[in-house]
Amino acid sequence: MRPDGLGRTVRLPGGISFRVEPRAIGVAGVLVGLLLVLLVLAVGTGEYSIPPGDVVATLLGGGDAGTQFVVETLRLPRAITAILVGAALGAAGAIFQSITRNPLGSPDVIGFTAGASAGALTVIVLFGGGAAAVAGGALGGGVVTAVLVYLLAFRGGEGVQGYRLVLVGIGLSFVLFAVRDYLLTHAKLEQATVANVWITGSLNGRGWEHVVPVGLALALLLPLAALMSRELRMMEMGDDAAVALGVPVARARGGLLAIGVALTAVATASAGPVLFVALAAPQIGRRLTRATGPGVGSAALTGAVLLIGGDFAAQRVFADSQLPVGVVTGVAGGAYLIWLLYHEWRDGRA
Amino acid sequence: MKHTDHDRQDGGPRLHGDGLTLGYDERQVAQDLSVAIPDGSFTVVVGPNACGKSTLLRALARMLKPSAGQVVLDGRQITELPSKEVARRLGLLPQSSIAPDAITVADLVARGRYPHQGLLRQWSREDERAVAAAMEATSVTDLASRAVDELSGGQRQRVWLAMVLAQETSIVLLDEPTTFLDIAHQIEVLDLCADLHRDQGRTMVAVLHDLNHACRYATHLVAMRGGEVVAEGDPAQIVDAELVERVFGLRCRVIPDPETGTPLVVPAARRRVAAEPLPVAAPGVA
Repeated sequence: MRPDGLGRTVRLPGGISFRVEPRAIGVAGVLVGLLLVLLVLAVGTGEYSIPPGDVVATLLGGGDAGTQFVVETLRLPRAITAILVGAALGAAGAIFQSITRNPLGSPDVIGFTAGASAGALTVIVLFGGGAAAVAGGALGGGVVTAVLVYLLAFRGGEGVQGYRLVLVGIGLSFVLFAVRDYLLTHAKLEQATVANVWITGSLNGRGWEHVVPVGLALALLLPLAALMSRELRMMEMGDDAAVALGVPVARARGGLLAIGVALTAVATASAGPVLFVALAAPQIGRRLTRATGPGVGSAALTGAVLLIGGDFAAQRVFADSQLPVGVVTGVAGGAYLIWLLYHEWRDGRA
Repeated sequence: MKHTDHDRQDGGPRLHGDGLTLGYDERQVAQDLSVAIPDGSFTVVVGPNACGKSTLLRALARMLKPSAGQVVLDGRQITELPSKEVARRLGLLPQSSIAPDAITVADLVARGRYPHQGLLRQWSREDERAVAAAMEATSVTDLASRAVDELSGGQRQRVWLAMVLAQETSIVLLDEPTTFLDIAHQIEVLDLCADLHRDQGRTMVAVLHDLNHACRYATHLVAMRGGEVVAEGDPAQIVDAELVERVFGLRCRVIPDPETGTPLVVPAARRRVAAEPLPVAAPGVA
């Protein structure tokens, strides 16, 4: 009676029922474990090295005052910011890729990141604003770009098609990169130093004030994304199939784009435009779980692992240079993108 | 199969389009087009390319909003009904759908249950039964754990059909379900549709390219040209050489199908044209 190939079913009293993929649960467990290990490592290593046992003890409320200061004030906020920003980018990437039905459909590619950079630099160079104003400029730039890309890709009757969103986004990105680079030539040296964060993305010097906003935003946005991933799953089969199954596609797509843009916006405001996490995390997550569907959860966990892992590498491998994490994710992500395209071409899918 | 889900308000057919003006952007495809789908029929819409037959089907399935007129389902304007509610009564097999990467047959068919599911009730026993029955009816049970992208064209179309069946709607619309299939698979899919119509009592509406297939399988034929319905009714009663010429601009003979007795359209040969005197300038060619 029961068909094969459907995973396992969980039934609870009150008619609550859902299907689970044991492999996806297992992968999620492994990723959470990896996150905890990376967290302890990232917090424990640095100029003042703390053994993992002491890190765990301190995190659980023990440890001496010096260790507490290093862990809780200096290193923990940075590590948590990395995890939260990575999760936000991963989830946003999964949403964008699913909506555009294209593995290239990430906020990097559809112009949000370039818009955020250009927005931040506009504030830094033209108005000389403080940190909050610059973050606001980045958000504004990103959101305006996203809306612009959406409107330019919109066609009456059929709405927004995925590939058009990607193409318009790439075009607009290059215009915005030019704007950014033009502004940079007019920047003074100290402005250029500040601007650097808004070009590559960095976690240097993140404090609790960076953790709180992104944490609150995630607490709201991730459940919303999970809620809407049922619609997203249907939309993957094409707009017609989704409408036929009763999904209000135009409204769902609008809502999902808003969630994706908001996730990217808070991530960018916290750490600058960190490249490629949003692009790579959903694809890696999907390959790990071998599940179909948007995979927002696995993408968020993978993104968190990628970013805290990348930041750990940036701090430790290049310990003396304060290398921004964006450089590491950029290099790793670029290599990954080439690998992805190579495989898609070889399989004749792109 | 439940048929109790509709609140009928008139004695007319459950699904009809009245005075529809249809088009994309600026291009108008049909104006003041009215059509009714007889309950329990296997209705087939035929016509030359760009006659508006797929556009009409899309409008009936609420994929396309008419700029004038309305589509009525169970006595109510279809756009006024909640989308999921419509999806429990009326299913559509679109011309092209995208099978997500590496999805299994069972997983794809299971997606047809979406309109019956809720946030907490994501996989009921009823869902499981419907999916198993749909896969049984389309003979894809043995393929359940295979990846859809590994299947042949005919198998894949059966899987998509299974997804629509799992939706358990009493009306099923099919937009050119046989395109891209070889003739054996075309007949296989159409035989399956005929079985679903006859055995399960579903109302089927299909757009088909092949007039002979339409005549063989339809209980109600709608012939369109230039955005207008030229003729409709039982194919045995309405299809003759004159109608085919009027709709397709094709000279032909219509004979009884030796298998089924339904009309069989045999296009006229061009022999007579070729037999006309050849120009003097091309000697020896004949």
